[in-house]
Amino acid sequence: MKQLEFIAGRLVKAVIVLLGIVILAFLLIRATPGDPAAVLAGEAGAVDAEFMQRVRAEFGLDRPMAEQLAIYVKQIATLQFGESYRQQRPVLDLITERLPATLLLTLSAFGIALLVGVSLGVTAARHVGRWPDMAITVAALVFFAVPLFWIGLMAILLFSVKLPWLPAFGMETVGADYDGIDALLDTIRHLILPATTLGLFYIAIYVRMTRASVIEVMDLDFVRTARAKGIPEGRIWRRHILRNALLPIVTLASIQAGNLVGGAVLTETVFAWPGIGRLAFDALLQRDYNLLLAVFIVTSALVILFNLIADLVYALVDPRIEVGA
Amino acid sequence: MTEIATRLVRNAVGVAGLVFLLLLVVLALAAPLLYPGDPWRMVGSPQLPPLSPGFPLGTDALGRDVAAGVVHGARISLLIGLVSSLCAVVIGTCLGAVAGYFGRWIDDLIMRFTEFFQTIPSFMLAIVLVAIFSPSIGSIVFAIAIVSWPPVARLVRAEFLSLRSRDFVKAAVVGGQSPLRIIFRQILPNAFSPIIVTGSLMVASAILLESALSFLGLGDREFVTWGFMIGAGRTMIRQAWWLSAFPGIAIFLTVLALNMFGQGLNDALNPRLARKGRA
Repeated sequence: MKQLEFIAGRLVKAVIVLLGIVILAFLLIRATPGDPAAVLAGEAGAVDAEFMQRVRAEFGLDRPMAEQLAIYVKQIATLQFGESYRQQRPVLDLITERLPATLLLTLSAFGIALLVGVSLGVTAARHVGRWPDMAITVAALVFFAVPLFWIGLMAILLFSVKLPWLPAFGMETVGADYDGIDALLDTIRHLILPATTLGLFYIAIYVRMTRASVIEVMDLDFVRTARAKGIPEGRIWRRHILRNALLPIVTLASIQAGNLVGGAVLTETVFAWPGIGRLAFDALLQRDYNLLLAVFIVTSALVILFNLIADLVYALVDPRIEVGA
Repeated sequence: MTEIATRLVRNAVGVAGLVFLLLLVVLALAAPLLYPGDPWRMVGSPQLPPLSPGFPLGTDALGRDVAAGVVHGARISLLIGLVSSLCAVVIGTCLGAVAGYFGRWIDDLIMRFTEFFQTIPSFMLAIVLVAIFSPSIGSIVFAIAIVSWPPVARLVRAEFLSLRSRDFVKAAVVGGQSPLRIIFRQILPNAFSPIIVTGSLMVASAILLESALSFLGLGDREFVTWGFMIGAGRTMIRQAWWLSAFPGIAIFLTVLALNMFGQGLNDALNPRLARKGRA
């Protein structure tokens, strides 16, 4: 029962945050100088009068402010994001067809970061103060300071231009028309560079976090007790140290979800990856603010969803968690 | 104070960061002397590779000096990094202090507000803010500050919660000092060191954020920035790698130095926490 209450509470909170984001988007359109219809239509107002009229009617721009907000919230809630003037297509279609590519990229990057980051962090902690620790710590410090889009460009330079190993652009080989397993392998080849690039920064974060967390748990009394009892070292690490040290990582992962989505904009721009990040960049270039705001709202919703999942995972993994808190 | 200074000096990594930053500041200040005039004008033959006579970092397709761009870019990066972090620290400190001092529903309200801003994908919000308010130094600083203050608010709130019940605060309350005075004159000075450490680390992330924004074309077009140079050199990556390589190295070294300095500062200000927990 308590679990249910906890989940319901989180759901309500998620909806409230989402509502806040939609209101924020609404206020942002209002905050711009000039005609909001022109902002929504994009192209700095250089669209035909008929389209502007349609935007005005659609968003109820001739009504009072409160009513406009109500119309806007209702529109977003029913997934009516309007139309992109530049692309002459519904915004929702543009986003839904790009979403899978972004999910593939971000989830792969997240997987790489978690796997590599945690194993390196544990390795560093096991050899604390000696050379593997030094090397890993320095590497983490370096990747923590490198701009993501720049490391992507340098990766293209090295692995696509100098050494022709991996494709630099897109998600599939243009004109190759692969089927089945070939198509899958082709996508994976295209995925390696962008996913690793996006993952690098988070690898650095997970390394630091894991290392610190393991070092802290390593010195606790129950670990000493386990050793005194003569439990084999491997088992102490698996059952006693890692289980306790890795819990904070779940929280960290959910906090980082938002940044991962932001990083996707840069990565997709560098690697011409056909996801919503690239869509946001195109919207920027074309001053298509309605599309940009829609991407903003959708990515925020995704992050809220990730956080919700992380909360649930946490509640399941850690029996100590106080449900309902 | 001298004790803090000695501890900072003993921390070689922190000092190395500080020395690099000082050199960078000198370079940024001297930019108009080293490369007078517009750094983005044509001065040499196009596409000169690095180490060409007179152009140590090469030139771009229009014969513009990459070194001049990198040196002038330092001004904008440092300026935006410092000012936006300062704004974020001020916003975060005020909100965190009020939340931690008054507690109860005010604390609840401010913390929900903070969580809200932490949930929003910060880079997306920064993009939207700069795009809608049109790119300028002002709008970039504003956007970075808006997405960066929440960690400061949480930190300051936590400090205030623990300091709130100390005897010297109780004495000040009994003595009839106004809440504003207690917050700023009594409690805040005791919470300074973690705020300073967070602030100095924030400058690093602000510089990264600024470079990412201008890479996407959301920089102030009046000035040359590192991110803009990388974005402009991107399409030339096959023919002229140096156009995007050097500004990127500049960002990397600056951010690394700031992180090293921030960490050194942390070790110096919180000696008990040093070497424990933080890598």
